[in-house]
Amino acid sequence: MPAIELKGVVKRFGEITAVDGLDLDVPRGICLGLLGPNGAGKSTTMRLLTGQAIADQGSLRVLGHELPAEAKEARAEMGVVPQLDNLDVDVSVQDNLAVFARLYRVKDVRAAVDKGLELSRLTDRRTDSVEQLSGGMRRRLLLARGLMHEPDLMLLDEPTVGLDPQIRTQLWSLVDLLRSQGVTILMSTHYIEEAQRLADEVAVMAAGKIIARGKPHELIAKHAGRETAEVYAPPERLAEVRATAEAHGLTVRPAGPAIAIVGSERATDGAIPPEAIVRAASLEDVFVLLTGEEAE
Amino acid sequence: MRRLEPAAITGVMSREVANFRSYWKSTTFSSVLEPVIYLLAFGLGLGSTIVDKVEGLDYVEFVGTGMVATAVIFSSALPAMFGAFVKERFQRTYDAILAAPVDVEELVTAEMLWIGIRSGFYGCFPLIVSMLFGLDPAPGMLLVPLFAFITALGFAAFGIATAASVAKIDQFSYVTTLVITPLFLVAGTFFPIDQLPEGLQVLAQFNPLHQLVVLVRHACFGFEATDLLRLAGLMVFAVVLWREAVRRMSKRLID
Repeated sequence: MPAIELKGVVKRFGEITAVDGLDLDVPRGICLGLLGPNGAGKSTTMRLLTGQAIADQGSLRVLGHELPAEAKEARAEMGVVPQLDNLDVDVSVQDNLAVFARLYRVKDVRAAVDKGLELSRLTDRRTDSVEQLSGGMRRRLLLARGLMHEPDLMLLDEPTVGLDPQIRTQLWSLVDLLRSQGVTILMSTHYIEEAQRLADEVAVMAAGKIIARGKPHELIAKHAGRETAEVYAPPERLAEVRATAEAHGLTVRPAGPAIAIVGSERATDGAIPPEAIVRAASLEDVFVLLTGEEAE
Repeated sequence: MRRLEPAAITGVMSREVANFRSYWKSTTFSSVLEPVIYLLAFGLGLGSTIVDKVEGLDYVEFVGTGMVATAVIFSSALPAMFGAFVKERFQRTYDAILAAPVDVEELVTAEMLWIGIRSGFYGCFPLIVSMLFGLDPAPGMLLVPLFAFITALGFAAFGIATAASVAKIDQFSYVTTLVITPLFLVAGTFFPIDQLPEGLQVLAQFNPLHQLVVLVRHACFGFEATDLLRLAGLMVFAVVLWREAVRRMSKRLID
């Protein structure tokens, strides 16, 4: 039985349809990256999975529990790391963990707190208030807080949004550790590198639906081919290169100050200019091609 | 999992206790000092110059016992209103709690109970201070924390329901001006309500704060048979507002 099964899930907010007929299965023991631009419906999907949003249509089953009726049972077996820091800033690090150990009905609160402190590498800061912690420490604490009860499933909602690269890497190591322990992870993100680095499988979400899904290398091979040629030049020259490539039947996408000619290995003579830098196709190419949004 | 699990409720309350450790000094300071200031200003000021006795009591005793209700409403309705709004909107604490196996009913119940316990405790301070000003101790006073607790549950629920209903924090001004201040003024704390016009006297009977004032005075100077009705009224007030707070907060927190 999959850890998560969503069938035809629809969630509307007034005129806006945030989730639009979503079908999603997450097998146990994998890390699935839910990749999509802002407004794709990722956070709403996360809230539906915790019972903090109720679907207008469709069926949801998490760890064998039917939602929303058994949402509380499902939450008892899952951990959540929210997008926004909602720690109690005036409370000590250890008390933040202890409160959640109690909320998750952990029997040995002290042992769970010690374990959480060790995982978040905050043992020597246990009596400090959260206010005194750096951004990275607070993120590690948030992750440890969601793991107090050793859940079977973790929902990570944009776990590294707004963090600097060094802190992001620290968080990734922790997520890697969870993966190695067999915890099922559903991680929403709009960072391509995060999905590519951590996820066993990636589901690309746009306008409330999954528009592509597979292992990162499969998605790349299917949608972007083997190689991408990037061209950096003044706008007039870029327009010229784009027109030529498109005339040769190639797909061109914007790439910040450059353009990227996707699937350049299929190019015939003259389609790729000599100044182009050829690199291996990436998940970013897939993401931009499928969603039409610039990647972060 | 069943409804209203004690583990969920105590878990949420443990969060409040952990937070309380960081601000108990300031709260306790104001809870002690406020009745002292009121007693000095009204009790000794008015009592020694304009008013001698009210309903057969020294004015200091009259105000001191009435101040319990003031302490209760200001330590329940206002913290519940502002606290719930801040936790829901700015700190996103409720999002964090509801991601754990806790439902809105348990969350609201725990918040009410915590505020009720706190108010039951702080509600006694005016009595203790009044004793320093000459109020004689009485066995009935031992029930005052219970009366304060039950009343505070209702006002905490009122505060939570209000927090779940307003769009912006500034809108609390309307509630304090139009609801809390009138309730506080026509509770019979500073003057007997029989001096009010007849219509207001009838309305005051529906003011939970007035019922608390009467119960506290009776606890200090002798109970009456009708006090059981007053207590029942306060319980009904707490239960009705509890359900309303759960309903409104569910609407606010669950999309």
